[in-house]
Amino acid sequence: MRPKILLVDDEKDLLELYREMLTRLPSSPEIFTSSSAARALALLEAEPFTLLVSDLKMPRMDGLQLLSIVRRKFPELRTVVLTSVTDEQFRSRVYGLGVDLFWNKPTSNEEIRQFLECLESLLGRESQNGFRGVQSKSLVDIIQLECLSQNSAVLKITNGPLTGHIWIQSGEVIDAQTDELSGEEAFHRILLWKAGNFESLPAEPGRNQTIFNSYQGLLLQTAQAQDEAQGQIDAQGTAPEGDANSPLAAISHFPGVEFVLCVKAGATPGFEARDLENPQLVADWTRETLEQFRSLGERLQAGPLQQLQGRSPRTHVALTPHDDVSFCLGWEHGLSAKQVQDSMNKVLALWAS
Amino acid sequence: MGILNLFSKPPAMLMLLPRGSFTVDREGRLLASTLPQAFPQELAEDIAMEVLAVFRGAKNARLSLNELVVRFANLKLTARELRGGAIIFLVPQTFSSQHR
Repeated sequence: MRPKILLVDDEKDLLELYREMLTRLPSSPEIFTSSSAARALALLEAEPFTLLVSDLKMPRMDGLQLLSIVRRKFPELRTVVLTSVTDEQFRSRVYGLGVDLFWNKPTSNEEIRQFLECLESLLGRESQNGFRGVQSKSLVDIIQLECLSQNSAVLKITNGPLTGHIWIQSGEVIDAQTDELSGEEAFHRILLWKAGNFESLPAEPGRNQTIFNSYQGLLLQTAQAQDEAQGQIDAQGTAPEGDANSPLAAISHFPGVEFVLCVKAGATPGFEARDLENPQLVADWTRETLEQFRSLGERLQAGPLQQLQGRSPRTHVALTPHDDVSFCLGWEHGLSAKQVQDSMNKVLALWAS
Repeated sequence: MGILNLFSKPPAMLMLLPRGSFTVDREGRLLASTLPQAFPQELAEDIAMEVLAVFRGAKNARLSLNELVVRFANLKLTARELRGGAIIFLVPQTFSSQHR
Protein backbone atom coordinates (compact mmCIF):
# COMPACT_ATOMS: atom_id res chain seq x y z
CA MET A 1 0.00 0.00 0.00
CA ARG A 2 1.32 3.48 -0.86
CA PRO A 3 2.18 5.55 2.20
CA LYS A 4 0.29 8.83 2.68
CA ILE A 5 2.09 12.05 3.61
CA LEU A 6 0.42 15.23 4.83
CA LEU A 7 2.42 18.44 4.33
CA VAL A 8 1.52 21.50 6.41
CA ASP A 9 2.94 24.96 5.69
CA ASP A 10 1.30 28.37 5.43
CA GLU A 11 3.45 29.20 2.35
CA LYS A 12 1.49 27.74 -0.56
CA ASP A 13 4.44 28.03 -2.98
CA LEU A 14 6.61 25.99 -0.64
CA LEU A 15 3.89 23.35 -0.34
CA GLU A 16 3.96 22.85 -4.10
CA LEU A 17 7.76 22.66 -4.07
CA TYR A 18 7.72 20.04 -1.30
CA ARG A 19 5.03 18.08 -3.10
CA GLU A 20 7.28 17.86 -6.15
CA MET A 21 10.25 16.83 -4.00
CA LEU A 22 8.38 14.13 -2.14
CA THR A 23 6.83 12.52 -5.20
CA ARG A 24 10.43 11.49 -6.08
CA LEU A 25 10.61 9.20 -3.04
CA PRO A 26 11.10 5.51 -3.96
CA SER A 27 7.99 4.46 -2.00
CA SER A 28 5.86 6.71 -4.29
CA PRO A 29 3.76 8.20 -1.49
CA GLU A 30 0.44 9.95 -1.97
CA ILE A 31 0.97 13.60 -1.03
CA PHE A 32 -1.70 15.77 0.60
CA THR A 33 -1.18 19.42 1.53
CA SER A 34 -2.68 21.87 3.96
CA SER A 35 -1.90 25.56 4.43
CA SER A 36 -3.20 25.66 8.01
CA ALA A 37 -2.93 23.55 11.15
CA ALA A 38 -6.71 23.50 11.62
CA ARG A 39 -7.25 22.09 8.12
CA ALA A 40 -4.49 19.53 8.73
CA LEU A 41 -6.26 18.29 11.87
CA ALA A 42 -9.49 17.93 9.89
CA LEU A 43 -7.68 15.85 7.25
CA LEU A 44 -6.07 13.65 9.92
CA GLU A 45 -9.48 13.05 11.49
CA ALA A 46 -10.93 12.09 8.12
CA GLU A 47 -8.39 9.43 7.05
CA PRO A 48 -5.25 7.68 8.26
CA PHE A 49 -1.84 9.05 7.24
CA THR A 50 1.63 7.53 7.49
CA LEU A 51 3.59 10.72 7.98
CA LEU A 52 2.99 14.37 8.86
CA VAL A 53 5.52 17.00 7.77
CA SER A 54 4.85 20.38 9.38
CA ASP A 55 6.32 23.86 9.51
CA LEU A 56 6.58 25.55 12.94
CA LYS A 57 5.81 29.22 12.30
CA MET A 58 2.22 29.44 11.15
CA PRO A 59 -0.48 32.00 11.97
CA ARG A 60 -3.31 31.20 14.42
CA MET A 61 -2.30 27.64 15.42
CA ASP A 62 1.47 27.18 15.14
CA GLY A 63 3.37 23.94 14.50
CA LEU A 64 4.07 23.28 18.19
CA GLN A 65 0.37 23.48 19.02
CA LEU A 66 -0.48 21.23 16.06
CA LEU A 67 2.13 18.63 17.02
CA SER A 68 1.07 18.66 20.64
CA ILE A 69 -2.50 17.74 19.58
CA VAL A 70 -1.30 15.25 16.98
CA ARG A 71 0.94 13.36 19.46
CA ARG A 72 -2.02 12.92 21.80
CA LYS A 73 -4.71 12.09 19.24
CA PHE A 74 -2.66 10.12 16.71
CA PRO A 75 0.23 8.55 18.65
CA GLU A 76 1.06 6.12 15.82
CA LEU A 77 1.54 8.87 13.24
CA ARG A 78 5.15 9.59 12.34
CA THR A 79 5.95 13.31 12.49
CA VAL A 80 8.60 15.54 10.96
CA VAL A 81 9.23 19.24 11.48
CA LEU A 82 10.60 21.12 8.49
CA THR A 83 11.35 24.68 9.49
CA SER A 84 13.62 27.67 9.11
CA VAL A 85 13.70 28.12 12.90
CA THR A 86 17.20 27.39 14.20
CA ASP A 87 16.78 28.24 17.90
CA GLU A 88 17.92 25.32 20.08
CA GLN A 89 14.97 25.79 22.46
CA PHE A 90 12.51 24.98 19.67
CA ARG A 91 14.51 21.97 18.45
CA SER A 92 14.52 20.69 22.02
CA ARG A 93 10.79 21.33 22.47
CA VAL A 94 9.98 19.58 19.19
CA TYR A 95 11.86 16.46 20.25
CA GLY A 96 10.30 16.77 23.71
CA LEU A 97 6.91 16.43 22.04
CA GLY A 98 8.00 13.07 20.61
CA VAL A 99 8.52 14.23 17.03
CA ASP A 100 10.58 11.78 14.95
CA LEU A 101 12.68 14.28 13.04
CA PHE A 102 13.53 18.00 13.19
CA TRP A 103 14.97 19.31 9.94
CA ASN A 104 15.94 22.82 8.85
CA LYS A 105 14.52 23.74 5.45
CA PRO A 106 17.07 22.44 2.93
CA THR A 107 19.07 25.00 1.00
CA SER A 108 21.14 22.79 -1.31
CA ASN A 109 20.64 19.72 -3.47
CA GLU A 110 22.74 17.67 -1.05
CA GLU A 111 20.52 18.68 1.88
CA ILE A 112 17.42 17.86 -0.14
CA ARG A 113 18.87 14.41 -0.93
CA GLN A 114 19.65 13.76 2.76
CA PHE A 115 16.20 14.93 3.82
CA LEU A 116 14.50 12.65 1.31
CA GLU A 117 16.61 9.71 2.50
CA CYS A 118 15.53 10.33 6.10
CA LEU A 119 11.89 10.54 5.08
CA GLU A 120 12.12 7.31 3.10
CA SER A 121 13.70 5.60 6.10
CA LEU A 122 10.87 6.85 8.36
CA LEU A 123 8.25 5.60 5.91
CA GLY A 124 9.84 2.15 5.89
CA ARG A 125 10.10 1.85 9.65
CA GLU A 126 7.51 -0.29 11.37
CA SER A 127 7.04 -0.67 15.08
CA GLN A 128 7.88 -4.22 16.04
CA ASN A 129 8.19 -6.13 19.27
CA GLY A 130 11.31 -8.14 19.86
CA PHE A 131 14.86 -7.51 20.90
CA ARG A 132 16.81 -5.00 18.90
CA GLY A 133 19.43 -6.63 16.73
CA VAL A 134 17.37 -9.81 16.32
CA GLN A 135 13.97 -8.48 15.35
CA SER A 136 10.94 -10.73 15.78
CA LYS A 137 12.92 -13.04 18.08
CA SER A 138 11.89 -13.30 21.69
CA LEU A 139 14.37 -13.54 24.53
CA VAL A 140 13.38 -17.21 24.88
CA ASP A 141 14.54 -17.79 21.27
CA ILE A 142 17.84 -16.06 21.98
CA ILE A 143 18.51 -18.11 25.12
CA GLN A 144 17.57 -21.35 23.35
CA LEU A 145 19.93 -20.45 20.53
CA GLU A 146 22.82 -19.83 22.94
CA CYS A 147 22.14 -22.99 24.96
CA LEU A 148 21.60 -25.31 21.99
CA SER A 149 24.91 -24.11 20.55
CA GLN A 150 26.57 -25.00 23.89
CA ASN A 151 27.84 -21.40 24.05
CA SER A 152 29.33 -19.57 27.01
CA ALA A 153 28.38 -15.91 27.22
CA VAL A 154 26.85 -13.22 29.37
CA LEU A 155 23.64 -11.74 27.98
CA LYS A 156 23.14 -8.16 29.08
CA ILE A 157 19.51 -7.18 28.60
CA THR A 158 18.26 -3.60 28.96
CA ASN A 159 14.62 -2.63 29.08
CA GLY A 160 14.48 1.16 29.41
CA PRO A 161 16.03 1.97 32.78
CA LEU A 162 16.02 -1.73 33.86
CA THR A 163 19.09 -3.88 33.35
CA GLY A 164 19.49 -7.64 33.69
CA HIS A 165 22.28 -10.15 33.13
CA ILE A 166 22.05 -13.86 32.33
CA TRP A 167 25.19 -15.97 32.59
CA ILE A 168 25.38 -18.96 30.26
CA GLN A 169 28.14 -21.52 30.70
CA SER A 170 28.62 -24.37 28.19
CA GLY A 171 24.97 -24.26 27.12
CA GLU A 172 23.43 -23.98 30.62
CA VAL A 173 22.07 -20.95 32.48
CA ILE A 174 24.11 -20.68 35.68
CA ASP A 175 23.16 -17.29 37.11
CA ALA A 176 20.98 -14.23 36.53
CA GLN A 177 20.69 -10.82 38.10
CA THR A 178 18.51 -7.73 37.88
CA ASP A 179 18.75 -4.51 39.89
CA GLU A 180 16.94 -6.05 42.84
CA LEU A 181 16.74 -9.82 42.20
CA SER A 182 19.21 -12.64 41.65
CA GLY A 183 19.21 -16.31 40.66
CA GLU A 184 16.08 -17.98 39.25
CA GLU A 185 13.83 -15.11 40.38
CA ALA A 186 15.88 -12.68 38.32
CA PHE A 187 15.85 -15.04 35.32
CA HIS A 188 12.03 -15.30 35.37
CA ARG A 189 11.66 -11.53 35.82
CA ILE A 190 13.92 -10.80 32.83
CA LEU A 191 11.98 -13.22 30.67
CA LEU A 192 8.77 -11.33 31.40
CA TRP A 193 10.19 -8.26 29.64
CA LYS A 194 8.53 -7.95 26.25
CA ALA A 195 11.15 -5.89 24.43
CA GLY A 196 14.47 -4.19 24.87
CA ASN A 197 18.07 -4.47 23.75
CA PHE A 198 20.53 -7.23 24.37
CA GLU A 199 24.28 -7.52 24.13
CA SER A 200 26.28 -10.71 24.15
CA LEU A 201 29.30 -10.13 26.39
CA PRO A 202 32.35 -12.41 26.80
CA ALA A 203 31.85 -15.40 29.11
CA GLU A 204 32.88 -15.20 32.76
CA PRO A 205 34.16 -18.72 33.53
CA GLY A 206 34.72 -17.93 37.24
CA ARG A 207 31.09 -16.93 37.86
CA ASN A 208 29.49 -18.71 40.84
CA GLN A 209 26.59 -20.99 39.87
CA THR A 210 23.32 -20.10 41.62
CA ILE A 211 20.92 -21.75 39.14
CA PHE A 212 20.97 -25.54 38.95
CA ASN A 213 17.78 -26.12 36.95
CA SER A 214 18.30 -27.01 33.26
CA TYR A 215 17.58 -24.27 30.73
CA GLN A 216 14.64 -26.28 29.38
CA GLY A 217 13.22 -26.49 32.94
CA LEU A 218 13.68 -22.74 33.45
CA LEU A 219 11.99 -21.86 30.17
CA LEU A 220 9.13 -24.26 30.94
CA GLN A 221 8.56 -22.64 34.34
CA THR A 222 8.55 -19.19 32.76
CA ALA A 223 6.05 -20.28 30.12
CA GLN A 224 3.80 -21.83 32.79
CA ALA A 225 3.94 -18.65 34.94
CA GLN A 226 3.07 -16.53 31.91
CA ASP A 227 0.16 -18.82 30.98
CA GLU A 228 -1.19 -18.77 34.54
CA ALA A 229 -0.94 -14.97 34.78
CA GLN A 230 -2.64 -14.57 31.39
CA GLY A 231 -5.36 -17.04 32.43
CA GLN A 232 -6.12 -15.00 35.55
CA ILE A 233 -6.22 -11.76 33.56
CA ASP A 234 -8.53 -13.35 30.94
CA ALA A 235 -10.85 -14.65 33.65
CA GLN A 236 -11.04 -11.45 35.70
CA GLY A 237 -10.19 -8.76 33.16
CA THR A 238 -7.39 -7.53 35.41
CA ALA A 239 -4.64 -8.93 37.59
CA PRO A 240 -6.01 -10.01 40.99
CA GLU A 241 -5.39 -7.31 43.62
CA GLY A 242 -4.23 -9.53 46.43
CA ASP A 243 -1.94 -11.57 44.21
CA ALA A 244 1.61 -11.42 45.53
CA ASN A 245 2.88 -11.81 41.96
CA SER A 246 0.77 -8.98 40.53
CA PRO A 247 2.61 -6.02 38.96
CA LEU A 248 1.33 -3.78 41.76
CA ALA A 249 2.86 -6.09 44.37
CA ALA A 250 6.17 -6.03 42.49
CA ILE A 251 6.09 -2.22 42.55
CA SER A 252 5.26 -2.12 46.28
CA HIS A 253 8.40 -4.20 46.94
CA PHE A 254 10.57 -1.79 44.98
CA PRO A 255 13.27 -0.27 47.25
CA GLY A 256 12.09 2.98 48.85
CA VAL A 257 8.40 2.62 47.96
CA GLU A 258 6.01 3.20 50.87
CA PHE A 259 2.69 2.96 49.05
CA VAL A 260 1.39 2.41 45.51
CA LEU A 261 -1.74 3.74 43.91
CA CYS A 262 -2.66 2.95 40.33
CA VAL A 263 -5.49 5.08 38.95
CA LYS A 264 -7.26 3.87 35.82
CA ALA A 265 -8.71 6.25 33.27
CA GLY A 266 -11.07 5.54 30.39
CA ALA A 267 -14.62 4.24 30.32
CA THR A 268 -14.38 2.43 33.67
CA PRO A 269 -12.28 4.59 35.98
CA GLY A 270 -11.13 2.95 39.17
CA PHE A 271 -8.04 2.40 41.22
CA GLU A 272 -5.91 -0.24 42.91
CA ALA A 273 -3.80 0.52 45.94
CA ARG A 274 -1.31 -1.12 48.29
CA ASP A 275 -0.27 0.07 51.75
CA LEU A 276 -2.34 3.28 51.50
CA GLU A 277 -4.82 4.27 54.24
CA ASN A 278 -7.14 6.59 52.31
CA PRO A 279 -6.89 5.45 48.67
CA GLN A 280 -10.14 7.04 47.44
CA LEU A 281 -9.10 10.55 48.52
CA VAL A 282 -5.61 10.19 47.07
CA ALA A 283 -6.98 8.66 43.85
CA ASP A 284 -9.31 11.65 43.35
CA TRP A 285 -6.48 14.09 44.05
CA THR A 286 -4.10 12.23 41.69
CA ARG A 287 -6.63 12.21 38.85
CA GLU A 288 -7.50 15.88 39.29
CA THR A 289 -3.89 17.05 39.69
CA LEU A 290 -2.57 15.22 36.63
CA GLU A 291 -5.47 16.42 34.49
CA GLN A 292 -4.99 20.05 35.62
CA PHE A 293 -1.28 20.01 34.87
CA ARG A 294 -1.71 18.17 31.58
CA SER A 295 -4.06 20.92 30.47
CA LEU A 296 -1.71 23.64 31.81
CA GLY A 297 1.18 22.05 29.88
CA GLU A 298 -0.83 22.35 26.67
CA ARG A 299 -1.60 26.01 27.31
CA LEU A 300 2.08 26.73 28.03
CA GLN A 301 3.24 24.57 25.07
CA ALA A 302 5.57 22.92 27.58
CA GLY A 303 5.31 19.43 26.11
CA PRO A 304 3.84 16.32 27.73
CA LEU A 305 3.58 16.16 31.52
CA GLN A 306 6.19 13.67 32.69
CA GLN A 307 6.17 13.68 36.47
CA LEU A 308 5.08 15.62 39.52
CA GLN A 309 6.73 15.33 42.92
CA GLY A 310 5.34 16.75 46.14
CA ARG A 311 7.29 16.98 49.38
CA SER A 312 7.08 18.08 52.96
CA PRO A 313 9.20 17.18 55.99
CA ARG A 314 7.03 14.07 56.44
CA THR A 315 5.82 13.15 52.94
CA HIS A 316 7.31 12.48 49.54
CA VAL A 317 4.95 11.49 46.72
CA ALA A 318 5.46 11.22 42.98
CA LEU A 319 2.73 11.21 40.36
CA THR A 320 3.11 10.20 36.75
CA PRO A 321 0.75 9.49 33.85
CA HIS A 322 1.41 6.31 31.88
CA ASP A 323 -0.79 5.31 28.90
CA ASP A 324 -4.30 4.76 30.27
CA VAL A 325 -3.26 4.61 33.93
CA SER A 326 -1.65 7.05 36.34
CA PHE A 327 0.50 6.30 39.35
CA CYS A 328 0.87 7.94 42.72
CA LEU A 329 3.70 6.45 44.75
CA GLY A 330 4.73 7.31 48.27
CA TRP A 331 8.49 7.30 48.83
CA GLU A 332 10.65 6.94 51.91
CA HIS A 333 11.68 10.22 53.39
CA GLY A 334 15.29 11.20 52.72
CA LEU A 335 15.42 10.24 49.05
CA SER A 336 16.41 13.09 46.75
CA ALA A 337 14.13 14.31 43.93
CA LYS A 338 16.58 12.86 41.39
CA GLN A 339 16.60 9.45 43.11
CA VAL A 340 12.79 9.37 43.10
CA GLN A 341 12.69 10.52 39.47
CA ASP A 342 15.01 7.68 38.40
CA SER A 343 13.17 5.13 40.54
CA MET A 344 9.82 6.20 39.07
CA ASN A 345 11.20 5.52 35.59
CA LYS A 346 12.23 2.03 36.71
CA VAL A 347 8.84 1.42 38.27
CA LEU A 348 7.11 2.40 35.00
CA ALA A 349 9.38 0.05 33.05
CA LEU A 350 8.52 -2.69 35.55
CA TRP A 351 4.81 -2.01 35.03
CA ALA A 352 5.18 -2.00 31.24
CA SER A 353 6.88 -5.40 31.47
CA MET B 1 11.29 45.24 -3.45
CA GLY B 2 10.17 47.92 -1.02
CA ILE B 3 6.58 47.66 -2.23
CA LEU B 4 6.71 43.88 -2.03
CA ASN B 5 7.96 44.07 1.55
CA LEU B 6 5.14 46.49 2.37
CA PHE B 7 2.54 43.89 1.41
CA SER B 8 4.31 40.80 2.72
CA LYS B 9 2.55 39.18 5.67
CA PRO B 10 3.94 39.73 9.17
CA PRO B 11 5.99 36.74 10.34
CA ALA B 12 4.18 34.33 12.65
CA MET B 13 5.78 34.23 16.10
CA LEU B 14 6.40 31.18 18.27
CA MET B 15 5.86 31.54 22.00
CA LEU B 16 9.11 31.20 23.99
CA LEU B 17 8.85 29.24 27.20
CA PRO B 18 9.01 31.47 30.28
CA ARG B 19 12.07 31.67 32.54
CA GLY B 20 11.81 33.39 35.89
CA SER B 21 9.98 33.33 39.19
CA PHE B 22 6.93 34.95 40.72
CA THR B 23 5.11 35.05 44.02
CA VAL B 24 1.37 34.99 44.59
CA ASP B 25 -0.84 35.44 47.62
CA ARG B 26 -3.38 32.88 48.86
CA GLU B 27 -5.94 34.14 46.31
CA GLY B 28 -3.48 33.61 43.44
CA ARG B 29 -2.89 37.35 42.88
CA LEU B 30 0.54 38.25 41.49
CA LEU B 31 2.72 40.03 44.08
CA ALA B 32 6.15 40.09 42.42
CA SER B 33 7.59 38.65 39.24
CA THR B 34 10.84 38.27 37.29
CA LEU B 35 9.09 36.71 34.29
CA PRO B 36 9.60 38.35 30.87
CA GLN B 37 7.16 41.19 30.22
CA ALA B 38 5.92 39.41 27.11
CA PHE B 39 4.64 36.52 29.22
CA PRO B 40 0.92 37.08 29.82
CA GLN B 41 0.04 37.86 33.44
CA GLU B 42 -3.17 35.82 33.14
CA LEU B 43 -1.13 32.74 32.29
CA ALA B 44 1.09 33.27 35.35
CA GLU B 45 -2.04 33.57 37.49
CA ASP B 46 -3.45 30.40 35.89
CA ILE B 47 -0.26 28.58 36.89
CA ALA B 48 -0.54 29.94 40.41
CA MET B 49 -4.18 28.83 40.73
CA GLU B 50 -3.26 25.28 39.68
CA VAL B 51 -0.37 25.17 42.14
CA LEU B 52 -2.48 26.46 45.03
CA ALA B 53 -5.24 24.00 44.12
CA VAL B 54 -2.75 21.12 44.27
CA PHE B 55 -1.53 22.18 47.73
CA ARG B 56 -5.11 22.48 48.98
CA GLY B 57 -6.18 19.19 47.34
CA ALA B 58 -3.22 17.39 48.89
CA LYS B 59 -4.22 18.67 52.33
CA ASN B 60 -7.76 17.34 51.77
CA ALA B 61 -6.28 13.97 50.77
CA ARG B 62 -4.27 14.03 54.03
CA LEU B 63 -0.99 14.48 52.18
CA SER B 64 0.58 17.57 53.61
CA LEU B 65 2.86 19.07 50.93
CA ASN B 66 4.80 22.32 50.87
CA GLU B 67 6.94 21.84 47.78
CA LEU B 68 6.06 20.78 44.24
CA VAL B 69 8.29 19.91 41.30
CA VAL B 70 6.42 19.46 38.02
CA ARG B 71 8.37 18.21 35.02
CA PHE B 72 7.04 18.71 31.52
CA ALA B 73 9.12 17.57 28.56
CA ASN B 74 10.28 21.15 28.00
CA LEU B 75 9.66 23.02 31.24
CA LYS B 76 10.34 22.48 34.93
CA LEU B 77 8.06 24.17 37.45
CA THR B 78 9.07 24.33 41.11
CA ALA B 79 6.71 25.78 43.71
CA ARG B 80 7.00 26.35 47.45
CA GLU B 81 4.14 27.22 49.74
CA LEU B 82 4.50 30.63 51.43
CA ARG B 83 1.95 31.36 54.16
CA GLY B 84 -0.95 30.19 52.03
CA GLY B 85 0.49 31.74 48.85
CA ALA B 86 3.40 30.41 46.82
CA ILE B 87 6.67 31.23 45.11
CA ILE B 88 6.92 29.61 41.69
CA PHE B 89 10.02 29.08 39.54
CA LEU B 90 9.85 28.30 35.82
CA VAL B 91 12.87 26.97 33.91
CA PRO B 92 12.77 25.78 30.28
CA GLN B 93 14.35 22.36 29.78
CA THR B 94 16.64 21.96 26.81
CA PHE B 95 18.86 18.98 25.92
CA SER B 96 21.84 20.67 27.57
CA SER B 97 19.96 21.57 30.79
CA GLN B 98 18.51 18.05 31.10
CA HIS B 99 21.92 16.41 30.88
CA ARG B 100 23.70 18.83 33.20
